[in-house]
Amino acid sequence: MLTITDLHASAGGKEILKGISLTINAGEVHAIMGPNGSGKSTLAQVIAGHPGYEVTGGSIAYEGQDLLDLEAEERAQAGVFLAFQYPVEIPGVTNAYFLRAAYNELRKARGEDEVDPIEFLDVMEEKLKVVEMDASFMQRSVNAGFSGGEKKRNEILQMAVLDPKLAVLDETDSGLDIDALRIVAEGVNKLKKPTNATIVVTHYQRLLNYIVPDFVHVLAGGRIVRSGGKELALELEAKGYDWLLEPAGV
Amino acid sequence: MSSSIESLVNKEYAYGFVTDIESDTIPAGLSEETIRLISAKKEEPAWLLEWRLKAYRRWLTMTEPHWPNVTYAPIDYQAQTYYSAPKSVKPLQSLDEVDPELLRTYEKLGISLTEQKRLSGVAVDAIFDSVSVGTTMKEELKKAGVIFCSFGEAVREHPELVQRYLGSVVPYSDNFFAALNSAVFSDGSFVYVPKGVKCPLELSTYFRINAADTGQFERTLIVADEGASVSYLEGCTAPKRATNQLHAAVVEIVALDDATVKYSTVQNWYAGDKDGVGGIYNFVTKRGKALTRAKISWTQVETGSAITWKYPSVILQGDDAVGEFYSVAVVNNRQQADTGTKMIHIGRNTKSTIISKGISAGQGQNSYRGQVKVLPKAEGARNYTQCDSMLIGNKCGAHTFPYIEVANNSATLEHEASTSKIGEDQIFYCKARGLNAEHAISLIVAGFCKEVFKELPMEFALEAQQLLGISLEGSVG
Repeated sequence: MLTITDLHASAGGKEILKGISLTINAGEVHAIMGPNGSGKSTLAQVIAGHPGYEVTGGSIAYEGQDLLDLEAEERAQAGVFLAFQYPVEIPGVTNAYFLRAAYNELRKARGEDEVDPIEFLDVMEEKLKVVEMDASFMQRSVNAGFSGGEKKRNEILQMAVLDPKLAVLDETDSGLDIDALRIVAEGVNKLKKPTNATIVVTHYQRLLNYIVPDFVHVLAGGRIVRSGGKELALELEAKGYDWLLEPAGV
Repeated sequence: MSSSIESLVNKEYAYGFVTDIESDTIPAGLSEETIRLISAKKEEPAWLLEWRLKAYRRWLTMTEPHWPNVTYAPIDYQAQTYYSAPKSVKPLQSLDEVDPELLRTYEKLGISLTEQKRLSGVAVDAIFDSVSVGTTMKEELKKAGVIFCSFGEAVREHPELVQRYLGSVVPYSDNFFAALNSAVFSDGSFVYVPKGVKCPLELSTYFRINAADTGQFERTLIVADEGASVSYLEGCTAPKRATNQLHAAVVEIVALDDATVKYSTVQNWYAGDKDGVGGIYNFVTKRGKALTRAKISWTQVETGSAITWKYPSVILQGDDAVGEFYSVAVVNNRQQADTGTKMIHIGRNTKSTIISKGISAGQGQNSYRGQVKVLPKAEGARNYTQCDSMLIGNKCGAHTFPYIEVANNSATLEHEASTSKIGEDQIFYCKARGLNAEHAISLIVAGFCKEVFKELPMEFALEAQQLLGISLEGSVG
């Protein structure tokens, strides 16, 4: 589904990703771990098409397309979803309106008819259950005045509605208490299908108790310094990152 | 701010065409002779000519105000033309007599004057250059006892009402542009809603400047008698021209005891090109007087004009009177706006609300200027002011000038202000959900303006939202 080859990216002239290669197949969950400043979030943003990063080398192939050729909105329309580490507030725009606008853009891109607000209510009813939220949530402005936990649940709600092929969760566990973490993680698990794939970017192992990865990659200094199965995450939890950094020359 | 919010492309102004129609235009220049000529052309009574001349003489003693936060080249008042009318317009018996070319003009603007195709539930008075070319739905209004006609017709048919209320809220001596308007105004709309009557239709005036180098000086007078209520909307467009044109209008509203007047404006005069050449100077005086338990509500969506200079205000004269001001002002490219309101609390327990949303893009400069004044007898007066600015890009400006004068200790005033910037972050967030940049901007801006849009009559809320989208189209690359 996704093949990243020798990806280099920089921001403000400073190189952050220094040659990342990664292959992700449908049905898989990959965890990207690493210390602060290792480039985890940059990788997530580059996949989603953030304009603040310049890709200086390498390629990303997604479903047979050159992902780097697509605008951010085209990537979203093609089924790429980024759950933001810091979800953005849009005052005055209701969640319902925003979600329907996004939902319809994706439908249009697939050549399907747009849904009206009434039809959309039906779509939402089921999706709200995924993140244990009631309908009043839909009438609040997008992320405005939301608690940290509500913002993250809102990201997973959007993911549920937009039904991506490739979901990238950027530090979705940061700032969550244990209950919110459980709700968010269970939401992600409910959305898992053999036809989609998930990249979980996280600093800590605890999210991976809930979302069990098939592969774990350790990012440090802009490179993947170690890949392994889910047991690698536990090893990191016990030993920290340092033992991987020095041998890798970071 | 990264480069993607920098690139500005000017969206073509859709209403910039010129109608080719034979006009009766008087020579440029302003003197007592000009005023006598205008008055004679309109076959006005002597008292009105006298009033105009008094206004003119007062105007001669006044100087153009320069306190607004705008800059422009000096205006040569002798180079302006003060009267231009489509030749074919005479007092009409019915709309069938309107020049088809004029009807086509309004069709092009999306305003249908023909009764069959009229907007349902809306009566329209169309003002072309200086004169009214037709008012729709007259019969239906007449049944309710509502008078809705051109100002000229009101002077002929209802002189007692005009004489009683003209200048009662905005005296000719009020300010430089109000004095100029009083001297040379050529037409406008007149509304009278009798006691206890709720006007059955939305009333709407559509202003169109067509002739070159011609100022438009219309006057609107709305009187809601005791317990009456009316909702009124004005729309404005003008052709694209390389010279600046002056629009100095006066709107007066009288809301007698227990009356309600809602006045909405969607102003889309030609704004000039992206380098600031041409465009309308929109120097307008709008004020209402609310008596006991009366309510006056101003809602404005200002997207056009090279320069906007207007402060729709309410004099809260009677006890328990209510004044409201909801405003969205957008400047893009080189536009400048200095707009806001005045709420003058005179009566006891008077209440006012001010919600102002300023949006600046390109090199536009947007100023909010608002005065809240509580006089000594206004026991228990309340005001709530919220003033928000949004910046798109980093070459524009937002400025806030609040003036608060309180002479009664029991008054409660609240003022909130904020400035935000549409950031790459917000746009990227929307893009990451499949929305393109323009959709993202229009969504973010619509959200920002929501509190004002919900005050607009339904039919126009949508129009305003679309207009906003057009004004800002291309402001993000």
